Parts: sequence; structure tokens; C-alpha cells
Amino acid sequence: MASSGAPKDFGFGEDEELLRDLARKFLDEQLPVEKLRALVAADPEAVYERGEPSTWDEGLWKQIVELGWTGLAVPETAGGAGFKAAGIVGLVEEVGRHALPSPLISTLNATYVLREGEPDAAAAWLARIADGASATLAITDARGSWAAGDTDVSAREEGDAIVLSGRASFVQDAQKAELLVTTARLGDALLLCVVPSDAAGLEFERDHIHDLTRDQASIGFREVRIPTANVVSRDAATALERAWPSVLVTVAADLCGTSEWQLQTTVEYAKHRKQFDHPLGFFQAVKHPLVDVMIGIDRARSILYHAACCIDEGNDGAETAARMAKSAASDAGAYASDRSVQLHGGIGFTWECDVHLFFKRSLHNQLLYGDGTYQRQLLAEKLLA
Amino acid sequence: MTTTQRDYLVDWQRKCFDAGLVGADIPSEYGGGGHQGFQRIANQEMGRAGTPFMINIVGLNMAVPTILVHGTEEQKKKFIRPALRGDEIWCQGFSEPGAGSDMANQQTMAVPQGDGWVVNGHKVWTSLGHFAQWMILLARTSRDHKYDGLTYFLSPIEGHPGVTVRPLVKMTGESGFNEVLFEDAVIADALRLDDVGKGWTVAMTTLTYERGAAESAGGTSGERVPPIRQLIDLARKSFRNGVPAIEDPATRDAIVQRAIVAEGIRQNGRRARVPALCDHPMRLPLQSKVTGSEFSQDNAKLGVEIAGAHGTLYKLDRNAPDEGHWPLAYMNSYGHTIAAGTNEIQRNILGERVLGLAKSK
Ligand SMILES: Cc1cc2nc3c(=O)[nH]c(=O)nc-3n(C[C@H](O)[C@H](O)[C@H](O)COP(=O)(O)OP(=O)(O)OC[C@H]3O[C@@H](n4cnc5c(N)ncnc54)[C@H](O)[C@@H]3O)c2cc1C
Repeated sequence: MASSGAPKDFGFGEDEELLRDLARKFLDEQLPVEKLRALVAADPEAVYERGEPSTWDEGLWKQIVELGWTGLAVPETAGGAGFKAAGIVGLVEEVGRHALPSPLISTLNATYVLREGEPDAAAAWLARIADGASATLAITDARGSWAAGDTDVSAREEGDAIVLSGRASFVQDAQKAELLVTTARLGDALLLCVVPSDAAGLEFERDHIHDLTRDQASIGFREVRIPTANVVSRDAATALERAWPSVLVTVAADLCGTSEWQLQTTVEYAKHRKQFDHPLGFFQAVKHPLVDVMIGIDRARSILYHAACCIDEGNDGAETAARMAKSAASDAGAYASDRSVQLHGGIGFTWECDVHLFFKRSLHNQLLYGDGTYQRQLLAEKLLA
Repeated sequence: MTTTQRDYLVDWQRKCFDAGLVGADIPSEYGGGGHQGFQRIANQEMGRAGTPFMINIVGLNMAVPTILVHGTEEQKKKFIRPALRGDEIWCQGFSEPGAGSDMANQQTMAVPQGDGWVVNGHKVWTSLGHFAQWMILLARTSRDHKYDGLTYFLSPIEGHPGVTVRPLVKMTGESGFNEVLFEDAVIADALRLDDVGKGWTVAMTTLTYERGAAESAGGTSGERVPPIRQLIDLARKSFRNGVPAIEDPATRDAIVQRAIVAEGIRQNGRRARVPALCDHPMRLPLQSKVTGSEFSQDNAKLGVEIAGAHGTLYKLDRNAPDEGHWPLAYMNSYGHTIAAGTNEIQRNILGERVLGLAKSK
């Protein structure tokens, strides 16, 4: 599938294609869906009834770190691969297509935000991520506001230390992350700081979520003391605003990946399962919605690549494109999820069938950082001004 | 369309042809520009400039590409240049009262006689038939085979003995398409396109171009200029519960949804040219007819809704927003969701050819 000589638009060239194809091959081998099911859904009561943490494959994560994926978004100057968004979204689609339980997405998103900090202050942390440290954003308040600056964490200065208290909610893959990228109020300023997850005074309270392919927590900060050097920006709102298109695009890419899995899996089922002497796909009440699922995914994917390209070009339209991508991907994900369960019939409603794993991951991602309607509300302010 | 409008559009197409904006990809020996890939650029630029459409849409999008694939050297020399220049207008005679979606169910008969064919039959929904000199005609030459009994002709229309064109009125009240009757009309064998019995294959070539799945000969559609701007302007001057519709959250959401679909169509077009980002070569091209026509339909419908009470007003009413454009566009949009293979048929094709699902009846 080498595309040398073929047109390369969206900044998707040979390197990007290689990365995507490598990710696909690696995950096809390492995480076929049977393995995913055995990993996260062996026992229906474990997570949902007994409240145990969702399981993930740390060995696989080590391999991913060795492949250098944590450092993909880290600039080359800080020891990372400095990959373009065009390449990263292709890889993340594969991650979504395999519903990989890992702190990869949260690490990428934390990286995007750190990149917008003061270069000198952020470099060391970015280097650690490039070296394989996982990270996550701890920036959301208890109300679940996605607006930059809405935080329940406050800071005070004590000599050359910063003391944090309060709570960060809805922290993605909190249990897997080694570094928390946190916002905290200090007077009029909004700090962006890095808190190692083993810092004294952190209290992790696991959320009981439906998605089995990640964890989420709220984190209490009880007088958590960090060196001033851990403050990477005193204008976190701006840093978040600049990074946000990349964050949205990452989640949108994961959604496109799960949606494509749902489409292909349901299509396969519709080819083989027979009723009334015909494969299900013969019936247009099955066929046409599957086509509409495809149309929705393709719309989202095309806007996704456009948004990634705008980010890489430093284009002013990046935020608009990214919000459009998140909106389209959330809506496509909702419809793909809906049809994937319905068109499997009774088996689709069971624990035994794989579709619920993707349904839940998709639903989580549809809501994360704002669903379609939310994105459109913000888009309206820009487009209808 | 009035004859004045027709004359204007014919003149416009001629100017575009002379400027090299039409037939840019067509080999120069047949009168084209001879530059592969130029047409897309010309279309984009014309789309951006909001130029009038090409009147010879059937000639450019269907007849010319089909003749290029299936025609004899003589046919190519005879037909292509006048079609590109708008000197000869074409129409399409595929549909019949009994052969719509089931296009192979053709009943129009062509019977050999001397070095020609005698044609009898009834074609319907023939766009531009009243202006056309020529028709791409699908007819039955054998009753023994449904598909292999079809043959494709290039039939003279205007002033041709035995051919009658009767106008049909659209739901909008405008004239639009026609029915065409063939009563012992004689067509020379030299006007047969490709072999006897190969009509279905030839017609499939035509449909590929008609449905926009392949680049055709001329700037007929250009790049779709998204009418989001128009919707925003309408929402500014319309009211909902006494406040400007532009402030109504539901209206805002609906307009932004349209903007996202517009972006999707634009970016799909861009992605279709990057093979590494397309899983199946026909996955995006085959979607464009469905997404394009439903985009226009949903926009127009939203416009009517935003207009509210004023959405009831039609062309002649002096209070009608945008001269009654919205209800008119809404009704006309069904032309596009029905013509060129209904969107239901398109969804069958996508489900079967791209997703590999079992063929529906
Ligand atoms: C504005 C306009 C211009 C046109 N111009 C031309 C022209 O220039 N030349 C020409 O030859 N034709 C032309 N047509 C005809 C057009 O191609 C046909 O109308 C179209 O193919 C549908 O055929 P039909 O009208 O017989 O509808 P039918 O085939 O009777 O369909 C009726 C309904 O049933 C649905 N249906 C039918 N079969 C199936 C199936 N297998 N699965 C699911 N649903 C199905 C259809 O989608 C439709 O909704 C034009 C039509 C319009 C509206």
C-alpha cells in the first residue's frame, strides 16, 4: 500500500502512513478482540458489582513505550518524535479500533497541554514522557465543566514550593498515569503544574464507570506540596485553549476507530447470519442504516484529517475544524453504537458479544470534552457571530 | 427555463469552452483541452466564482464521457466538440413509465431495418428534451434477455420524424422535463454506440459519470458553495417566538449541523484523492450523490423552517423571504434525491458494492 507518487494531502505522507500501518499490524497481533474480551470482560461482576479496577495489559504497555508512542507528540527538541497531528490521528484511530486499554490517549492529551507551557519549564517533563512516563490531565471540576479555568483546585505559594488543595474530577486513566497535569487557581492566575502521581497528599477515588477499557477517578489534593519548578505555566487558560484542538482531535480519532470496528463487525454479522432464508444484509432495514453508519464515519474522518492538518499548519481554523470533528465523530459514534447493538439482535444485548465493549468506550468518548451538541453550541458562537 | 434563458446559457457555455474551462481533460483531437486533471481545477474555480451552470449537462456529464469510452473514431469526431461547445444539446432517454429504478426493464423497442433501426417507445422524465438535438437512448433489441437484450443509441431528437417531445410540469409549477415518444422513428446504424446487446454495460458507464463518481467533461456542478451563509442571513431576518431566529438555540444548532455536513462533503472530496486514507476505492465516490443531494434538501428544509410563517409564502408574494427561494429549493431538491438513481438505490449500491452485503431484490 505504499503511496509514493500518489497525492499526499492533509499532510499525510509516507511517515504517517507507515506509523498508521505499523500501529494496525501491532494491535491486530497483540490485541485481537478475543484477547481484549479476556482481558477486560472475563467476569461481569468484577468491575460492575465488586467495584474492582478495570484490568489492562501492562506488558503490552511496556511494548508500546518501547515503540516510542508516548513520545510521539513530544517535540524533537525535548527528545520526542515530534510527529505531526496528521500521523497521530491515524495511529489513534487504530487504538480506538482495537479499544486498547492504556494511558496512551491521556498521555498524548497531557503532552499537548504541556507543549503549550513555558518551554524551559515544560522541557524536562516532556522529556520524561518521551522516555516513557505516562501522564493525564487533571483539570476538570466536580460539575464536569469542560471550560478551561473551571477548577476546584487552588494553590498557595510557600517559599519555593506550591501547595495544592481541592479536587480534580473526571481524570482519565488516573490510575495508570505517572504524571498529573493539573490546573490550580492562585489569586487571579491559573497555574498549570505537574504533580507526580505518588506525591504525598493525593487521594485517588476511583469512579465506577461503564467503560471497561479505561479508568477514571477524582483526585483529592490534600496540601500537596510541589516545587515551583513543577509549574509550567502561569497562564493555563491560554495553554489549554491552544492545546484544545489537538485534545479534541485525539478523542475524535479514537471515536472514528471504534465506529469503524462497529461498522465492520456488524457488516460481517449481517453477511453471515440468516433469517427468512436471506443474510440479514439483504434486508434494506439492515443494509441502509449500515450505509448511513458508513456515511457518518466518513464525514467525521474527513473532517478529522482536515482538523489535524489545520493544527499542523498552525491554521486559525484549527479550533473550528477540531470542534466540528468532535461533533461529527460523537454523532457518528452514537449511531454506529446504536446500530451495532440493535442489528445483532438478542446476542448484541449480551455480555458474551463483543459489541458492548466498543459501545461503552464510544459512549464515554462521545461525552468526554463535550458531545456533539456541546461542540455545536460553541461553534455557533464562532460561526454565527 | 425560457428560450431566452436557454440562449443565454448556450452562449455562456460557448464562452467557457472558448476560454478552455469546459472539456479541459478531453483529448485535443476531439476538440478538448487535452490536459488531464485540469477540469477539476476549472470546476473549482467556476464553483468559487458562482458561475451559471452548463446547459449541456447531459452532453458534458454523460454523452461525452460515454462516447469517449465506447464510441467509434467517427462518433468521437462527430459528437464531442459540438457537445463541449454547447452547439448541440443532449438529453438522456433511459427512464420509462415501467422502467425507473429497475432500469433494465426497458420496453422501447428498436427493430433492425435496412442499415438502421425502427424505434417505438415512450421515454419519461427527460430533462432538457425540449431543447435537445440528441438523446442518449437505451432501447430493447431483444426480448430474450433482460440485460443483454439492450442496445445504446445516439438518437436525433429535434425535428426528427417520428419523435415527439411533450413537456411535463414539475411539482413546483415550473416546466422542467418532458416525455418523448418514438413512433416508427428511424435511427441509422452508424448511431449505435458499441455492440448490439451491450447497452447495459454502456449505460453503466454513463451512470458512473452521472452520479459524480468519476470526473466528467465539464463544469456543471463545480465545487458546492455551501449555502450556510444564506441560512445565517435568513435566520437574522426571521423571528421565532418574537426573537431573531439566529438567537434561538435549536436554530443555531441546526445551522451548525449543516455547516458540519458542508465541511464533511468538502473534506470527503479532498480525501477521495488520497488513496492511503481511503479503505475502499469506491467508498467515498459512491457516497457523493447521496450526501450532496441530501445536503441540499436538508438545507432547503431548514430554510423553510427558519422562515416560519413566512415559509408559507411562494414566488409571487412580495413578503416571501429571498423571493420564495426556500420552498422552491425544498421542492426542487427532490429532483436530486430521485434522479440519477434514487437515494434508496444508491444505498443499495453502497451496501452491496462497498460493504459487500447481500444483493437486495
Ligand atoms: C428531476 C428529474 C429529472 C430526471 N431526468 C431524467 C432524464 O433526463 N432522463 C432519464 O432517463 N430519467 C430521468 N429521471 C428519471 C429518474 O432516473 C427516475 O425517476 C428514477 O430512476 C426513479 O425511477 P421511478 O421514477 O420510476 O421511481 P421508482 O423506481 O418507481 O421508485 C419509487 C420509489 O421506490 C423506491 N424503490 C424502487 N426500487 C427500490 C429498491 N429496489 N429498493 C429500495 N427502494 C426502491 C425508489 O427509491 C422510490 O423511492 C429524472 C427524474 C427526476 C426526478
